Amino acid sequence: MALLQNAGVLLEKELRAELRSRELVTTTVVFILMVVVLFSFTFDPTSVESRRFGPGMLWLAFLFAASLMLQPCFLREQVNDTLSALRLSVGDPFAILLAKVCANTLFLLLTELLLLPIFAVLYNVAIRDILPSLALVFFAGSVGVCVTGTAISAISAQARMRELLLPLLLLPLLTPVLIASTEATAALLAEDHVLRWDWLGFLLAFDVIFLTALWLFGEYLLEE
Amino acid sequence: MNSASAPPALRFENVEKRYGNLFALRQVNLNVFAGETIALAGRNGSGKTTLLRVAAGLVRPSRGTVTIDGQSDPRVAACQLAGFVGHQTMLYEELTAEENLRLFARLHGLNDAGSRLGTVLGDAGLLERRASLVRTFSRGMRQRLTIVRALLHRPALLLLDEPATGLDVPGIAWLAETLRRLQAAGCTMLFSVHGASEISALATRALRLEAGAIVADSQSGANTTSILSLAGS
Repeated sequence: MALLQNAGVLLEKELRAELRSRELVTTTVVFILMVVVLFSFTFDPTSVESRRFGPGMLWLAFLFAASLMLQPCFLREQVNDTLSALRLSVGDPFAILLAKVCANTLFLLLTELLLLPIFAVLYNVAIRDILPSLALVFFAGSVGVCVTGTAISAISAQARMRELLLPLLLLPLLTPVLIASTEATAALLAEDHVLRWDWLGFLLAFDVIFLTALWLFGEYLLEE
Repeated sequence: MNSASAPPALRFENVEKRYGNLFALRQVNLNVFAGETIALAGRNGSGKTTLLRVAAGLVRPSRGTVTIDGQSDPRVAACQLAGFVGHQTMLYEELTAEENLRLFARLHGLNDAGSRLGTVLGDAGLLERRASLVRTFSRGMRQRLTIVRALLHRPALLLLDEPATGLDVPGIAWLAETLRRLQAAGCTMLFSVHGASEISALATRALRLEAGAIVADSQSGANTTSILSLAGS
């Protein structure tokens, strides 16, 4: 109970800080917008091509944007050593990680929500009928990206060459999420709009496994 | 106060901390008893900061054990019992002074946070700036807020790493008065200092560190004043 209470307090802090600075969401939105628009202008895909390549391009953009967004996640806590203050204030350090995961997932989902209509217009893809299923896939994929990303961000923040380390470690680790999310999204954007439960199940299993690992090894990730 | 029969508030047993080949702490054996006020002296790089961070459970020792009030996980024990002031402010610059304190009060599970925040901010002379973002504060104001944050949950053990850093003369007087009050209330304190000062004058015991080892302890006969002045020279 104390864990969830502390995670809630810390999530509120994350949201308040982001609301004031608007650094993470702005950067991420602009990055994904650039990728989506530039890709559309460069290849000028037809509707069929969009359905085939669009999901992969979209999830690659989400992944690179997430690695940008996750970079400052723990670096911010090191500027004034606030991470030490948090570690000395919460009994279970998983509360710190859980709050970060929730905040990052919310930021990424918000970005996706803002970019989805632009993607639909530029790539001439109908999404209105599949919105609930698409939301489910985006949620499962985003949680996977953010759970793994938060863990790697905590590790890389204490290392030398930290700016390089995060994408180097994160992107290979997220290959399964990229494949599963892309396949699930592609199946939804296909003409028969199928929700692939096998890929969705894979994503949910990935989320649960990595969240459990974060819970088990959280203390070691935050140690100096 | 220093009764040998009482359990130590903080205990180091054969503690070593190594960073690669560098020993930050070597063979530290130390018992800090409840109510003691210990000044930790030593030159830059002598291991004072590492010793305080190991005591708070922020840094895991390479060898040996640290216990706080008999509890073997110092970080968990420090959460409940210790207040820590480090080299950095440990404050969120994008939050106001009050939001910072409220955040840590809620994490410590303080129910009377509302009234207590006003009191502690008033004590620190920051009541009028309670709604200002910390990034607009001067170094001295930040340090006052840092100290207030560490005292918020009324810790029984205070670990302070050069707490007077950035404070002006009235600030140092305020800090000395605050520590004096805590000392009278029976709070155990371990702080690092550079030389003799108004803060180090509060010490009932002094230790000198050199190259990570405790080389002088006023409890073992060495003079407190000479330990502090030697370290400051």
